[in-house]
Amino acid sequence: MSDITKQSLTELVKNIKDKKLSSTEVTKAFIERSEKSKELNAYITEDFTTALDKAKKFDQKPNLDLKLPGIPMAVKDLFCTKDVKTTAGSKILNNFVPTYESTVTDNIWREGAILLGKLNCDEFAMGSSNETSFFGNVQNPIDKDLVPGGSSGGSASAVAGQLTPITIGTDTGGSIRQPASFTGTVGLKPTYGSCSRYGIVAFASSLDQAGPMAQNVKDCALLQEVISTYDPKDSTSIDFKRNQNSKELTNNIKGKKIGIPKEYRVDGMPKEIEDLWQKGIQYVKDCGAETIDISLPHTSYALPTYYIVAPAEASSNLARYDGVKYGFRAKGENLIDMYEKTRSEGFGAEVQRRIMIGTYVLSSGYYDAYYLKAQKVRKLIKNDFDEAYKKVDAILTPSTPSSAFKIGEKTNDPVSMYLNDIFTVPVNLAGLPGISIPAGHDSKGYPLGLQIIGKAFDEQNILNIAFAMEEKINFKNKITDWWIK
Amino acid sequence: MSKKNSEYLINRKDNQYEVVIGLEVHAQVLSESKLFSTSATKFGAEPNTQVSLVDAAFPGMLPVINEFCVKQAIKTGIGLNAKINKRSVFDRKNYFYADLPQGYQISQFKDPIVGEGKVILDMPDGQKEVGIERLHLEQDAGKSIHDLDPQNTFVDLNRSGVALMEIVSKPDLRSPDEVSAYIKKLRSIMRYLGTCDGNMQEGSLRADVNVSVRAKGSKEFGTRCEIKNVNSIKFMQMAIEYEANRQVDLIEEGKSIDQETRLFDTKKNETRSMRSKEDAHDYRYFPDPDLLPLEVSDEFVKELKNNIPELPDDKKKRFIDEFKLSPYEATILVSDIDTAKYFEEVVAKMGKNKDMKLAVNWITGELFAVLNNQNLEISQSPVSAKNLAILVNLIKNGTISGKIAKTVFELMLDGDKDPQKIVEEKGLKQQSDPKAIEALIDKIINDNREKAIEYKQGKEKLFGFFVGQAMKASGGKANPQLINDILKKKLQ
Repeated sequence: MSDITKQSLTELVKNIKDKKLSSTEVTKAFIERSEKSKELNAYITEDFTTALDKAKKFDQKPNLDLKLPGIPMAVKDLFCTKDVKTTAGSKILNNFVPTYESTVTDNIWREGAILLGKLNCDEFAMGSSNETSFFGNVQNPIDKDLVPGGSSGGSASAVAGQLTPITIGTDTGGSIRQPASFTGTVGLKPTYGSCSRYGIVAFASSLDQAGPMAQNVKDCALLQEVISTYDPKDSTSIDFKRNQNSKELTNNIKGKKIGIPKEYRVDGMPKEIEDLWQKGIQYVKDCGAETIDISLPHTSYALPTYYIVAPAEASSNLARYDGVKYGFRAKGENLIDMYEKTRSEGFGAEVQRRIMIGTYVLSSGYYDAYYLKAQKVRKLIKNDFDEAYKKVDAILTPSTPSSAFKIGEKTNDPVSMYLNDIFTVPVNLAGLPGISIPAGHDSKGYPLGLQIIGKAFDEQNILNIAFAMEEKINFKNKITDWWIK
Repeated sequence: MSKKNSEYLINRKDNQYEVVIGLEVHAQVLSESKLFSTSATKFGAEPNTQVSLVDAAFPGMLPVINEFCVKQAIKTGIGLNAKINKRSVFDRKNYFYADLPQGYQISQFKDPIVGEGKVILDMPDGQKEVGIERLHLEQDAGKSIHDLDPQNTFVDLNRSGVALMEIVSKPDLRSPDEVSAYIKKLRSIMRYLGTCDGNMQEGSLRADVNVSVRAKGSKEFGTRCEIKNVNSIKFMQMAIEYEANRQVDLIEEGKSIDQETRLFDTKKNETRSMRSKEDAHDYRYFPDPDLLPLEVSDEFVKELKNNIPELPDDKKKRFIDEFKLSPYEATILVSDIDTAKYFEEVVAKMGKNKDMKLAVNWITGELFAVLNNQNLEISQSPVSAKNLAILVNLIKNGTISGKIAKTVFELMLDGDKDPQKIVEEKGLKQQSDPKAIEALIDKIINDNREKAIEYKQGKEKLFGFFVGQAMKASGGKANPQLINDILKKKLQ
């Protein structure tokens, strides 16, 4: 089958279960396409030889009861993988090989999937364009020199370019949903506490959440049910009754109440985004759902709040990269000199910027004015959603205020870069689940996404709404394989 | 209760100064595993053999609270008569050091697990109450070893992540003696509770000492200096004495005291400036987002409260009431849990017809002397409580005299021998047959007629001579009371 890599995860699983395809055939197909796709720079580490060995081993004694039987999968390089280099897109971890496996990836391998390699991302997941990676830019398969979004840019590029049938990313302020939107793919950020953070290189602990990135909603649902488990090794993991998301998936959303928040109509938002949103509203109505205008009054404070909370936590989380125990170490005259040189040479500019912001907002004399105030605003933002959910079952918004931009376009303007996350950060601050689905194209033919935000632990509901909308939208990604010579 | 005599003051020409001391005691929680990981905590293990990925702060590793350590902290709080906070928060204290793998220490800053409490000190001139400000849980750091290599520093992370209780006192202490009593009392309470072994040599108990001075009678506090990480009571006392005098000298010279952190040099017996207030770290405390606030229910605390053993103050009261001990005796016996246990076992083994006074004297006299000489803890006593009880009973029922008992005790030291058997084997049983003693005395009087006449004529000092002769003739075994009685009768 020459079109193996065009198949969705659900199709591949079915074909392997029906013994129409072997794991080896599937794995080989994705390896071959990955090898032809080096120009995308989606991978930081390829693990193809081992993957093929594992696939052959799987085929010798295939366990077809598993949810991901012999499915090859590349994952964001923020997940620690046993014996496979894990860099977080940073020079400071360039030589770091974990002796342990993250809970999320462990869950995936337990269901039969096979690691293809580690995907590029912004350094320590700090970025919205994958341009902060020590390992270079990632190309968006949509068009040459277009960013794939970030921080899970390698993941989005690899799924859209069909280098992997499905993948996982992490989302601290939009790092799954924004790149999904930029590449015409589906990305889900689960409720905070749904997926274990154990073994994921930390950016901002109170916001970080792993989630699936896929070609369609059904694939996304299947991977979500695999990765979401209660984990006593993560004190913020929550023990709640988890759905069988793919089995319970339905396009029946009749009578659902969908909130449309007026505050998401921001100044300077392109008309095509507004039009897309209106189209989305029509789609959910066509599906039998009801839309209700709602207000989330503190929305405009979300971005500044996020850019205090996230750097504060990051400044502390990244203190462990000091050259003492593992990773990159620069030579120094003494301990302090070694620290300074290691961290100056080991971290990129954006990471350093955020460490400095974080250090500043936690400093004595500034703590109350920044960090403490931000925590209070965060509570208000959460309250906004709680109020809204008394009236509605989910909320529909655009995923991003614009489509993908060109590489280099915003690198010198961090604030304009940060504005990319304006619709996604409130969801992280409130700890809610959110999904981005492709919903149309802009005038340049670049994909645009819509975001559905759910109640806490109500992933099933937003997956159902996304599933129903997906049918109506009937989105086709325009991938020309321009990078394959 | 006059405090005049023991008041600790620093005297200068025209002025008298009072010393104000507050302690931050770091007590290692007695626990098999660390505060946020399952690594072992055994003292003296090979370097870096008790280190988990969490302790070494590997990427993506997360702390998970050890419930046992939480229980230990709450029990200690109960022992300090303190308020147990049902909600407490773990914060990150951020600073860089080679033996601090995370780049921050997980501690409790604004919301500690235990709030205000108090302990009672037994001072020679009466009781003194010392306020407890708070108790919080925190991680210990690792150890930097600078003297193994001329170029490099070595780091041992065995201690990294070990649970500590920081117990902060109010500035209620006024002398080195009170500091000593306070540390001993804390140690005693925690050993009773089994929450800290109190071993200062192994670093299980150490303290930062805050010292300030003020003119006698003044109500205002002076500027304080903090002396870091002092690990013996003696050093604490020396450091306080030096530091208080240093501060007084500055005041006398008209200079001001800088608020600073100082180190105590045990070799030179002086404190030295480590860093000034301006150079103080900005620790950038904030709630650890990897850990949820720690919440304990009323039932959880109640359950722990119900299982608190009898603590030194209550035990002392009971010893006085039940065993009619003097407060002084009771204080000595309850100060250490093992001593109290030993004493209570002796009491139990003595049975019905017991002589409490005698038992106390033997423990605090002969036994303590032996332990002191051989540098042993009472838990390692060469004489078991059971055999000491038998010995005391042998004296009490007249089988042996107190003097012979000392001989028997010496023999017991070698392998915890049964005193009953020693008495039998060595034939040390006291002669209590009045007829035999009478015969013996008759003979002595007969042999010393002239002295007997002198005695009768009024030279009463000679009575001792006859007692001595009778004892000697009986090989020390004759009942001294009987000798006395019979001699008096015969020499009338």
